[in-house]
Amino acid sequence: MLERLKRRWTYLAIAAMLLFLVLIPFDWFLGQYTVLMIFIGIHTMVTVGLCLLMGYTGQVSLGQAAFYGLGAYFSAILSKTYHVNPWLAMLMAAIATGAFAYVIGYPFFRLRGNYLAMATLGLGLIVGILFSQLDRFTGGSMGIREIPPLSIGSFVFNTTLKRYFLVWVFCLVTLLLAQNIVRSRTGRALRAIRGSEAAAESVGINAAQFKVKIFVLGAVFASLAGSLYVHNFFYVNPGPFGFLFSVMVVVMAVIGGLASIWGAIFGTAVVHILSDELLIEFGEWDTIVYGLILVVVMIFVPQGLFVGLRETYEHWRLRHVERRAEP
Amino acid sequence: MSLDLFVQSIISGLSQGSIYALVGLGFTIIFTVTGIINFAQGEFVMLGGMFSWAFFTLYGVPQVPALILSVLVATAIGAVLYLLAIRSARKASVVSLIIITIGASIFIRGVVGEIWGRDFVRPPYFTGENSLHFLGASIEPQRLWIVGTTIFVALILHFFFSRTMLGKALKACSVNRIGAALVGINPRTMSLIAFALAAAMGAIGGIVTAPQGTTWADAGLMLGLKGFVAAALGGFRSQVATVIGGVTLGILEQLAIRVNWGPFGSDYADAIALVVLLLVLLVRSGKLAAEERTS
Amino acid sequence: MRTWLYLLLAAVLLAAVIPMTGCGEGNVIKIGALLDTSGANSPLGIPEKQTLEMMQKQINDNGGINGKQLKIIIRDTGGVESEAISLATKLIEQDNVVAIIGPTSTGESLAVIDTVNSKGVPLISLAADERITLPVGSSTWVFKTPQTTFMAVQQIYAYIHAQGFGKIAIMTDKKGFGAGGKKDLLGQALHYSLQIVSEQSFNNEDNIWDSYIADIKQSGAEAVVCWGTNPGPANFAKELKKQDIPFFGSHGIANMSFITLAGDAANGVVFPSGKLIVASQLSDSDPQKAMLLNFIADYEAKYGAGTCNTFAGHAYDALTMLKTSLGLAGIADRAKVRDELEKIHDFAGTGGIYNMSPQDHCGLSLGCMIDAKIENGHWVLLP
Repeated sequence: MLERLKRRWTYLAIAAMLLFLVLIPFDWFLGQYTVLMIFIGIHTMVTVGLCLLMGYTGQVSLGQAAFYGLGAYFSAILSKTYHVNPWLAMLMAAIATGAFAYVIGYPFFRLRGNYLAMATLGLGLIVGILFSQLDRFTGGSMGIREIPPLSIGSFVFNTTLKRYFLVWVFCLVTLLLAQNIVRSRTGRALRAIRGSEAAAESVGINAAQFKVKIFVLGAVFASLAGSLYVHNFFYVNPGPFGFLFSVMVVVMAVIGGLASIWGAIFGTAVVHILSDELLIEFGEWDTIVYGLILVVVMIFVPQGLFVGLRETYEHWRLRHVERRAEP
Repeated sequence: MSLDLFVQSIISGLSQGSIYALVGLGFTIIFTVTGIINFAQGEFVMLGGMFSWAFFTLYGVPQVPALILSVLVATAIGAVLYLLAIRSARKASVVSLIIITIGASIFIRGVVGEIWGRDFVRPPYFTGENSLHFLGASIEPQRLWIVGTTIFVALILHFFFSRTMLGKALKACSVNRIGAALVGINPRTMSLIAFALAAAMGAIGGIVTAPQGTTWADAGLMLGLKGFVAAALGGFRSQVATVIGGVTLGILEQLAIRVNWGPFGSDYADAIALVVLLLVLLVRSGKLAAEERTS
Repeated sequence: MRTWLYLLLAAVLLAAVIPMTGCGEGNVIKIGALLDTSGANSPLGIPEKQTLEMMQKQINDNGGINGKQLKIIIRDTGGVESEAISLATKLIEQDNVVAIIGPTSTGESLAVIDTVNSKGVPLISLAADERITLPVGSSTWVFKTPQTTFMAVQQIYAYIHAQGFGKIAIMTDKKGFGAGGKKDLLGQALHYSLQIVSEQSFNNEDNIWDSYIADIKQSGAEAVVCWGTNPGPANFAKELKKQDIPFFGSHGIANMSFITLAGDAANGVVFPSGKLIVASQLSDSDPQKAMLLNFIADYEAKYGAGTCNTFAGHAYDALTMLKTSLGLAGIADRAKVRDELEKIHDFAGTGGIYNMSPQDHCGLSLGCMIDAKIENGHWVLLP
């Protein structure tokens, strides 16, 4: 019975969220935050990949920005310079990025912990440097302008409203895909690996293979997000794809909660609202507060705020039940 | 490349590499004692430089006391970082600790930027600017200070770890934490000392290099990264190997600027450090993985 | 413990999300400003911000524009292009500004062009590269106040050629400003009979210049033209001084920071610049002199002696032209303001005499710059 109740609440929550999302762009509601929501949607796609990676393999990647950037640049170059259909370009970008992640995945995942973190950091930085230096293709630090928008037939995604829905459709589909994977055989295998890699291997699970799979998946999501980014803002340059963005993705994942799909939206939203809405009033204090939040959250709620929120809720509910039970 | 340029590159690489070595030594100390990679290590270098500038230029403290004070304050900050951030996160996973140190580095950078702005500053030279001439290349005295300080620090550390009680206690912690505790060494005190020591080293590196170039609030990032490469080359264990690693990196970078990269342009020198890092990590990955499993 | 954390977070988030529209819409004219006040270009962004704040007060004390108070919403982009885009969109859609001043850097400016073009908002950039306002067709809403990079290149090349130099080495910063400069330096050299024998690019934060200098010496260059902002050129100048090769800079070093960082090596350096830094040395018949001296006096009275620089001037020019356009347009309509901006004629600003037109959204021509030489820590106007 509890299961059914829980499920009903879950459906209700999802329905409420969908309603909320659909209503946001309207001026009488929260229309002014549409662009903010577009960023949240795009970044959630990058974050969810990291959430899966961190949650299920216990490893951190400090190079998500690389895949985000690869998707962005591939899309930009293919659709603007070579006049490839933007949808096709997006697909090609995702495939290329995924293949790249696959190739480096195996050697990378022979590393653990700090070493893997540093390797991904190095990766992120190298890719960033390539973006600036291969200026014949990438436009160097000036970047590429006037990237064509996405369109379906004669329906062009040329207004903020249309792009908002496009982004969120992609985002939700991504989250559903991630959810599916978590519930599938792969997800079970990953949980086994997280529990004990040695034990998992002893029952025939190839840990390395699964870790790489998750890594590639995260890369593909990030690549799609990058493509969406360029078709939303029509401009790309190396700026948004550096180390600082990779850190931001980690922050969003951590705050959201590792191994939690919906936590990814939560974390991304919290970070964006905090830094874009609140902290700009404080000007330069935002980095200080950022760092502080990171440290405090990791110390007190290392499993992530979203998961921690659930646990706190459970905690209070239990206490309520206990009190009721007392004579 | 002519011989002249080659020699020049080597010499420049030596002094630049010494900086990386110093930062790398800081990484090594913390890692060997606590198993943590301190992402904020680069910030200690920055703090050393910024403090020496601030004390001397803004608050009128005479040069030598300013330098000493800078190192002391930075060391204190390192200790505080450990006490507040690391020790509080009991039983935290490796990932959590990484993120905590990243957060700390962002925080420190933000505070420094807030107090002294983000403009570029330069503290004064130790012994003046006039160059000395050597083998057809010219060297500034500050460079000699950098190289000399690095060698000095490395030697002191080596002596400290191998000959003194405290140093041996620190090493004991790195080999086996529980075993060390059993013989009466308090691992938490050792960790505190390790952080303080690493901060001091970073700061020393900072005060000696800031006059050479400039320093500013965000200086720690790339320095930290390159120092990490040096430490990685040294396997995170040996001081000597770290110094060699750092210097090698510095020389490689300088040479890379000179090489003609064909259609790519000479701007790829920046990537050298990173490529080296990746290669080292991947080549040693088998050994590193084995270590992680047993610790 | 954790619960308190959550309650605190919820409170903070609510505070952020509840819209803060604040002051009555009808009586205020809102302008947005995108400045880099915390990132790498904060030495440019901060004077720009201070100018706008100072002028906002002056304008409002004098009755505002069209009888309404002026409110300038200044946002810090931190030098990050995507921030610039997102803040620009926010200014346009959330704050409903009639026009935007900024961004500070070329990269950021290029980033926001498509955004302001698609939403129809006039933008006056404070960055120098010509690609911001050209090609004309694709930048219909974008203007800029600083002198274009290639004007600066022409200015300094003319001087170098007049001094009798033939072979030069160029050193450009790898990022936006330097990269733009490199293009013009390479393109204009032949025109001034200059031969570029060494072409290198550096990172602004570089510490070691030996190999660059070795290459320059090997090439036989007679002089070096260094294109970048602080601290790279300053550090480089120090190193180059020991070689006895003349150092020519860009207009990016027209500030006290360069002199402070380069110390003794700054003396003797010649670079192109707007007239602001040598205002008092201009001849009395110069149409810009009086307004420059006034501006400097006002700025330094508020912010301290010696703090005024060309970047503050760029912001002054932008806001003054905007104010004029708003006044002429009569109402805070974006398209009308843009049209009025295009009609600006003979406006004596700090950057030069501006003559805007539908084909020219920069409005300056070659005579707007001068050559300055640093002597004893001061700028001297060269004839």
